[in-house]
Amino acid sequence: MKEKIKRIAEEFRYFIKSLLDVMFVGGRWFYVWMSCLTVLALTGFAGYVIQIQEGLVVTNMREQVSWGFYISNFTFFVGVAAAAVLLVIPAYLYHFRAIKKITALGELLAVTAVSMAIMFVFVDLGRPDRVWHMTPFPGTLNFPGSILAWDMIVLNAYLFLNLIIAAYLGNRRYYGKEPKRRFIIPLILLSIPLAISVHTVTAFVYNGMAARPFWNASILAPRFLASAFCSGPALMIIIFQVLRKQMDFRIEDSAIFKLAEIIAYAMAINLFLMLAEIYKEYYSNTLHLSPMKYLYEGLHGHNELVPWIWTAIIFNVTGFILFLVPGTRKNFITLNIGCVLIITGIWIEKGMGLIIPGFIPDTLGEIYEYMPSVTEVMISAGILAAGAMIYTLLVRAVIALDTGRVRHPGTPLTFYDEDRL
Amino acid sequence: MKKRFSRRDFIKITAVGAGAAVIPGCSNTITWEEFFQTNFKEMSPQEIKHLLAGLEEKYTKEYGVKFTVKATPAREGVVFGYALDLSRCIGCRRCVYACVKENNPSRDVQIQWIRVLRMKKGEFNLEESEHYYDPDKVPEDGYFYVPVQCQQCENPPCVKACPVKATWKDPDGITVIDYNWCIGCRFCMAACPYRARKFNWTKPLIPKDEMNTDTHYLGNRPRMKGVVEKCTFCVQRSRDGRYPACVEACPVGARKFGNLLDKESEIRYILENFRTFRLKEDLNTQPKFFYFFSLGWG
Amino acid sequence: MKKALLFIIIFTICPLTAATAGSNNNDYPAYPPKILSSELFPCSSCHAGMEPNILKRELTFHGEVKIIGHAEHERWCLDCHDARDRDKLRLINGSTVGFDRLFRLCGQCHGPTYRAWRAGVHGKRTGRWDGQKQYYLCSSCHDPHSPRFKALAPEPPPVRPGETIRN
Repeated sequence: MKEKIKRIAEEFRYFIKSLLDVMFVGGRWFYVWMSCLTVLALTGFAGYVIQIQEGLVVTNMREQVSWGFYISNFTFFVGVAAAAVLLVIPAYLYHFRAIKKITALGELLAVTAVSMAIMFVFVDLGRPDRVWHMTPFPGTLNFPGSILAWDMIVLNAYLFLNLIIAAYLGNRRYYGKEPKRRFIIPLILLSIPLAISVHTVTAFVYNGMAARPFWNASILAPRFLASAFCSGPALMIIIFQVLRKQMDFRIEDSAIFKLAEIIAYAMAINLFLMLAEIYKEYYSNTLHLSPMKYLYEGLHGHNELVPWIWTAIIFNVTGFILFLVPGTRKNFITLNIGCVLIITGIWIEKGMGLIIPGFIPDTLGEIYEYMPSVTEVMISAGILAAGAMIYTLLVRAVIALDTGRVRHPGTPLTFYDEDRL
Repeated sequence: MKKRFSRRDFIKITAVGAGAAVIPGCSNTITWEEFFQTNFKEMSPQEIKHLLAGLEEKYTKEYGVKFTVKATPAREGVVFGYALDLSRCIGCRRCVYACVKENNPSRDVQIQWIRVLRMKKGEFNLEESEHYYDPDKVPEDGYFYVPVQCQQCENPPCVKACPVKATWKDPDGITVIDYNWCIGCRFCMAACPYRARKFNWTKPLIPKDEMNTDTHYLGNRPRMKGVVEKCTFCVQRSRDGRYPACVEACPVGARKFGNLLDKESEIRYILENFRTFRLKEDLNTQPKFFYFFSLGWG
Repeated sequence: MKKALLFIIIFTICPLTAATAGSNNNDYPAYPPKILSSELFPCSSCHAGMEPNILKRELTFHGEVKIIGHAEHERWCLDCHDARDRDKLRLINGSTVGFDRLFRLCGQCHGPTYRAWRAGVHGKRTGRWDGQKQYYLCSSCHDPHSPRFKALAPEPPPVRPGETIRN
């Protein structure tokens, strides 16, 4: 037994070492891309150092609006992460082969997005040095009372599960072995409910607060899922096309069109739920309408979010129509326009459009109009860059494995001709 | 006991490595001992004694005045209640500044635990309330005033929200915060329906000569950057039998305080003889802060 | 006749005083009323040798005392100040109380307020919620001649978000 573990560890170490050899070596554009990202990430880090020194006073968050741009982005990226499940469901439940091949890319996108989400929460903490208080031991995690504790657990579980799946599949492939279905299928199946719960629990963080009527609507979690299933796949469609162009990686059109079709369904549900929410608040017209009024039309002369949310609505609706009509869905120009519109639309809607109205008007009726400060934007851009770096590196590893460019010396190249799993 | 020591050992072994990577930015303000400190609720009496002595020394050194830091526990048979007479309050904000003087909140970025709202007579709509009224004289015609501070809920949403158990409701009904354990996630601020919780956006600024040196670990001791604080009904005073500072400062005697379990207390008299209400009762937070009207006019 | 009258007075006063004394209203630890710190007090230092003039009239000496908003048309100094002993206050029944017990005078008309004050609801108390309290007397907060509470200048409003005091 001990021998076996030792051997597996040794094999895994060798596998990672070979991957690291290819991950950081590439063409000119790779280095340009990575340099730009490094500069951005370092700028963000510099901003964070300032924030650590001065405190969160360098943000525009205040007592009235106590969460802002960081938590908005956190919410958006949890959505992207959850959407990776979308690739897993058809691949393993319905054996849709075209998608099965790109599942690993989706899973790594989930890993990246969860990492970014965790980074966004981390930079929002007033005392990052005490983050270990959130462990059950030696800290005192408030489980099951606090939904934030749940969120931390599912986010980490989801992160590690996806890492394990991706590493296992990669490792098997590297050594030219079939994955053991008995081992991997349960993990993959587990990742499906976990992906849904990641986003549900994140929705519940906001949803459970009776103090904030804007979030205290039971439609919140379903809407989170619906919108995640728009933004995540839209992001993937764009990434896949880039990979297809830039690297020797084959992705069939049918997989991309399938994703686009799913986006159309998800967006239909998202828009429907949005209308249901708007109807409920506007028709009953109680004081709980105020945050929504602030968002869509402005409240007592304060209307900074209004242009943003209408942009989001227009983008989402346009994207929906583009993806609904087969002609525009299967045309790569309109398809890409649709993807950009939907990513931007959901980013606004599930980011600032969701978090900020929760605080406006605040619980004592005051209105403080929040827009992120330069430091907040800098740090957020840094996290985005860090995420892009992580994903670039991971994707290079996957593609190197997939094409057989990196393989154990004993593995025949013929192994890569067909898709085995 | 055994668990406590093993916990401490564990922290020491693992956190030295992990901590070293995290702390550099903050290391100018915290010591290793503070970093390894456990949750106040899990400390033994000896550990608390040691902790308080250390803090007294630290604050005395930092502010150049002699500090006392106590950790008086809740008294048996006592649950604190507060009542505020809205027919008397004239909105003069004396309570706000008495609180500031007593509880050492940051002067800049400004933190005040009490907020006085001006309401138009004839409605009770928080959204229409004015927080920044500043006339020559109060009360003003056509308005009444509603001071809001921590409502010391029986069912506090903030305590439920905290992911690290850094805040809890003590047996005398006061919700307190271990400032040394709070991670500054501000989930409690989002969860509080009364905006009672305040965050130290930067290092609190308090003039040395305005520092109140009679402090409580869970109350008015100096706070640090990045943690949440709130009204504790002046835990450093009330647990010693004294009235909170805001009660004593009110020039019109609108603020009433006492033991809800004592049938002879003022607070019980008010509950039994006047019509009281609580803010946002529909949220089922069950505040122990009651509003009442002793007069039909005024 | 005189004897009978005295008897009736004693007969009616006794239960009254007994009733109030029974509710231990005589041992309120209190802040002294403002009047006792006045440099004119004790009043007897001037009034001792004067013959009381009980006629209602415009005062020539205590011109600063104006009764405002306290039934000025019906009221006259000697309704409350005892004509014979100026260091005392006079109750409706003719008995007198010291200035430090003026709540008994005020309480004659302001019954519900008096009751609320004794319960600690009206007015202010300082000290300990679990023991010795100081009670503010009626005149600690109200000018008896013009009792309406005076408007105050409020303390400054909070700083708006985003603003700092330093700037």
